[in-house]
Amino acid sequence: MSESFDLEVNGVAYPVSVDQSRNLLSVIREEIGLTGTKEGCDDCECGACMVLLDGQPVNSCSYLAVQAQGRSITTVEGVMQGDEMHVLQRKLLEEGGVQCGFCTPGMIMSAHALLDRTANPTPEDVRIGLSGNLCRCTGYAKILAAVEHAAAELG
Amino acid sequence: MSFLIAESLDDALAAIAAGARPIAGGTDLVVGARHGKEALPDELVAIDRIDQLAEIGPGPGGIRIGALVTHATLMTDPLVVAEFTALADAAALVGSPSTRHVGTLGGNVMNASPAMDTGAPLMVLGAVADLQSVGGSRSVPLDELWTGPGTTSAQADELLIGVTLSSAPQRSGSAYVRLEYRRAMEIAVVGAAAAVTLGDDGTIAAAEVALSAVAPTVLLVEGVGDALVGRDPESAASAAAGLAGEQASPISDLRASDSYRRHCVGVMAKRAVVAAARRAAGEDIAVPVNRSIGIGAA
Ligand SMILES: Cc1cc2nc3c(=O)[nH]c(=O)nc-3n(C[C@H](O)[C@H](O)[C@H](O)COP(=O)(O)OP(=O)(O)OC[C@H]3O[C@@H](n4cnc5c(N)ncnc54)[C@H](O)[C@@H]3O)c2cc1C
Repeated sequence: MSESFDLEVNGVAYPVSVDQSRNLLSVIREEIGLTGTKEGCDDCECGACMVLLDGQPVNSCSYLAVQAQGRSITTVEGVMQGDEMHVLQRKLLEEGGVQCGFCTPGMIMSAHALLDRTANPTPEDVRIGLSGNLCRCTGYAKILAAVEHAAAELG
Repeated sequence: MSFLIAESLDDALAAIAAGARPIAGGTDLVVGARHGKEALPDELVAIDRIDQLAEIGPGPGGIRIGALVTHATLMTDPLVVAEFTALADAAALVGSPSTRHVGTLGGNVMNASPAMDTGAPLMVLGAVADLQSVGGSRSVPLDELWTGPGTTSAQADELLIGVTLSSAPQRSGSAYVRLEYRRAMEIAVVGAAAAVTLGDDGTIAAAEVALSAVAPTVLLVEGVGDALVGRDPESAASAAAGLAGEQASPISDLRASDSYRRHCVGVMAKRAVVAAARRAAGEDIAVPVNRSIGIGAA
């Protein structure tokens, strides 16, 4: 059955009217039109679809859109500060932590959640924080370095 | 399909009495449905906003851990880490940070997978499941709750509102160890939990061991008390390994053969008893045991 409700994404309330079985990922991409969030495995394994729900990471491929109403969703489009890149984005570019870029939005959202809850994360904290995200090209070392450097800059 | 967001426990109980299935984090239910394992139920009631089910604290008969407590909370909650350490060990191993933030204790318990990680800890800690329906409430020991892979003795109109545990005596400790092929996004190949109380002389005064992924349900090992009491922790751990291997009835699948599982569950039982005894003696072994002393990874 189709249901109409608002989804709050990056501080904006978007009215949507979708089938109750629709996943959050497809609604964000196809109804709201924010395509930064990616579909990889569509099975909760790869983390390309990671968004924040009330500040905590969630695999949007396997979360029902209807269940996200009343919560605040953050996607990669919401991490820019005005025209400024978020420090995580900047460090990923500086370190070469982006190759094809497909995993990058999910990596950024997982790292964002980690840095929000952990000041001065250890390298082990960073590995655990990104453990739900797969990358098939960088070999991870540069992504981990970028997140560690971002954490250091945030202090 | 219909989808209701319950604002209160009464809302949720009324909805499931009328035939709706509860959904908490959806990390089993939605993932399973998208996998094609089982279709999404026609009627769902989201219970994730019933704040009273997300609490940890004194309840009737012990400490109540609400069904909506997430794995992320279990692994860091000071009371759980101090008193029910094996449960924190298990929660810390679940999936990835997103799985742990969204997935709940109640969903883990009611999904009733024999490979679930919180099951063996709850069993050795003597937890009971608190069920409630429009008609009333009852508490069920976990070995009566789990009836087979994915099945429970709860009625369709009963909601798990939480589990109740009792604090252990002085000089007690617990631990959960699992064999895993990688350090995240893994399912237990096999797992074992132990709860141990030490006597003044340092020998075992009381013990329980339970196993995951080696039987149709999480399995409480029989005869552990008799076999372990009076022994020093090392020899008690070996005795536990023997009992675990004998009582396991594992299957072979693409992750491991039955004989490998049978052997390894003994090793895990041994390591769980050793870690639990060290904690009982006052040693601070960080959660999860798998990471802090590297005893779970293959
Ligand atoms: C990537 C990934 C990794 C995972 N890793 C692990 C792991 O390492 N270890 C592990 O044990 N599990 C793991 N899981 C499984 C799952 O995350 C856990 O079992 C989780 O605790 C389920 O909780 P939930 O709130 O998401 O349950 P849901 O999916 O919402 O519900 C699961 C089932 O329980 C029922 N239910 C939920 N709450 C209640 C209640 N209060 N009363 C009655 N019935 C209820 C639902 O109707 C449904 O049948 C993983 C899952 C994923 C997707």
